[in-house]
Amino acid sequence: MLRFIQVIKKEFIHLRRDPMALRLVIVAPIIQLIMFGYAATHDVRNVPVAVFDGDRSAESRQLIEEIEHSYYFHLIQTADDPRDIERRLQSGEAMIGVQIPRDFQRKIMRGTPAQIGLYVDGTDSNTSGVATAYMLGILRQGAASMQIRQARTEGRLRMAPPSVSVEPRVWYNIDLSSINFMVPGVFGLILLVLTVMLGGLSIVRERETGTLEQLLVTPLKIWELLLGKLVPFALVATLDASVIFLLALGWFHVVFRGSLTLLVAMALVFLVNNLGFGLLISTLSRTQQQAQLTAFLFIMPSVLLSGFFFPIANMPVPMQYVTYLIPLRYFLEIVRGIFLKGAGIGVLWPQMLALTAFAIAHFAAGIAAFRKRL
Amino acid sequence: MGVAVQVDGLVRKFGDFIAVNEVSFEVREGEIFGFLGPNGSGKSTTIRCLCGLLLPSAGTVAVHGLDVRRHAEEIRAQIGYMPQFFSLYSDLSARQNIEFYAAMYGVPRAGLQQRMGEVCERLELGPIMERPAGNLSTGWRQRLALATSILHRPPLVFLDEPTSGVDPITRRMFWEVIDDLAQDGTTVFVTTHVMDEAEHCTRLAMMHYGRLIAQGSPDEMRSRHAKNMVEVRTGKLWDTLAVLQASDAVVEAVVFGDAIHAECHAALTNPAQTVREVLRSARISVESVAAIQPTMEDVFVSLARRYGHPEHVAAGGDG
Repeated sequence: MLRFIQVIKKEFIHLRRDPMALRLVIVAPIIQLIMFGYAATHDVRNVPVAVFDGDRSAESRQLIEEIEHSYYFHLIQTADDPRDIERRLQSGEAMIGVQIPRDFQRKIMRGTPAQIGLYVDGTDSNTSGVATAYMLGILRQGAASMQIRQARTEGRLRMAPPSVSVEPRVWYNIDLSSINFMVPGVFGLILLVLTVMLGGLSIVRERETGTLEQLLVTPLKIWELLLGKLVPFALVATLDASVIFLLALGWFHVVFRGSLTLLVAMALVFLVNNLGFGLLISTLSRTQQQAQLTAFLFIMPSVLLSGFFFPIANMPVPMQYVTYLIPLRYFLEIVRGIFLKGAGIGVLWPQMLALTAFAIAHFAAGIAAFRKRL
Repeated sequence: MGVAVQVDGLVRKFGDFIAVNEVSFEVREGEIFGFLGPNGSGKSTTIRCLCGLLLPSAGTVAVHGLDVRRHAEEIRAQIGYMPQFFSLYSDLSARQNIEFYAAMYGVPRAGLQQRMGEVCERLELGPIMERPAGNLSTGWRQRLALATSILHRPPLVFLDEPTSGVDPITRRMFWEVIDDLAQDGTTVFVTTHVMDEAEHCTRLAMMHYGRLIAQGSPDEMRSRHAKNMVEVRTGKLWDTLAVLQASDAVVEAVVFGDAIHAECHAALTNPAQTVREVLRSARISVESVAAIQPTMEDVFVSLARRYGHPEHVAAGGDG
């Protein structure tokens, strides 16, 4: 039988015998998917709000009801004392405090500007920013409609005040749900972590345990050794990717609009890139620990700068240039594009080209280092 | 008989450190070539150069007429190698290890089971075939490693300290297997620092601080080095040792069990008589003094003493 197939068989025996590797390969990706899918969400939902109603009028109660019925807010017990709001913000019970002053109803009736106090815990700047905007919208609209109604009943207003009507249409991710954004990202992230880690251990483990010494005196050729070492990881990663893909569609109901063939093809290119990089790490490391640390040092900035969590457009301009060096960036753009927008080669070709170039460079560097060190 | 390994002026450096320094020797086909020397004398580095695991810094190495620099791949198909440290897969069973390496060497599947049966029976591996290699004791590991390195019937086998950490019975079994291999025409290149094992070898080479300081058959080594060896027994072992070491007639005296082995100057015609006289004048009563055939250990001690530290090695080897 072909020698590299024997090496592949041997690698699978190692995998089967090593409970740690099994966990890394099978359990970890699923846990990561569920964790990121559910927890790492940017959506603003059920933001806790404390309200102090100093007016206790029909109008103030109506306004509070509007907040309560909103999908974004969750009204915790109304405060009896304006100072209560501060206490609740400090303890984290509430993220937003609303103070309706005593003369609220009177001012609405008179048609004079009414003031409402809005206190925001800005610790989580992202969520509080979004929540504040929502809250402003609710309060302004609520108060405005009350004033218009009042003006109408008093006959002061005959026509609706002129206004601009804006109707938003959201494309690609209609629900604006962050699961649709995160899950395809997790697909890329898991592929990266798994293959760089496994590839990173491939050679150094044999070097560290001394088995490479025995293996290298056999007539096994370098390409046979490489193929035998990397194909099992590629197979495992493909299996994981398939599981993640099915979970994304079946469990998280992520939309998938694009071409599956294109996704598979690009995932393979990404795989080649990662295994090549892992091989490079593995060849240059002396110990498994060193290899894992190096892989980790590479993965961390990859994740942070790839646009996985934070949009690249929000980064300072110099950092945006740095992101061009990160293959995961291109892969995420490709995956999200295919998943959510149904984008094809016509649109994604620059990213595909860049990813392919990285894959070729990394794999070539991996092989070159490998040949040199043996 | 042809030449299995031809080494000319082999040098291997690691940075500034010269592990192997201008070493030349040849190994003939079908012989048991013993490569001797203390730990750190450059034996393993030399073997690793011969196997193509390390490139020589200078000099040439040819295995079966093929240069290791240019024909490493062809050479690998013709050799078996048992490294000094256990290098098989500890999470694979003994059988899986053997089968894996058989496949690496391209042993045809048809004859594999029969050949495995032969080798495993010879090394009595039956009871541990299904156990993970990592759980085996040193003796079993060494047997398994030997089996793995000879299964594909290589015409040339390198065994790097195969018997280190092995019990005397297994040690005997190893040398029987090595003798059998030689009988079948296999060239065996074996390193050891156990001197009585050297007696099994057809020819020997002795390494010392990266230099080759002597080579020849065991008999040649004995007659060339450490001749005029006498064994001395007296009631006072340590006093006797001190007297002999101080004597001009004696090159080197060492305790050997409950006796003393003294190497006398080569010029002496009757060393036993000279030693008796030395001891008589020191008023030490003698039980026996007899000229003996030097053991390989005597030869080794004598050579090691003569060459001392690396500064003196420049005096050069003989043989």
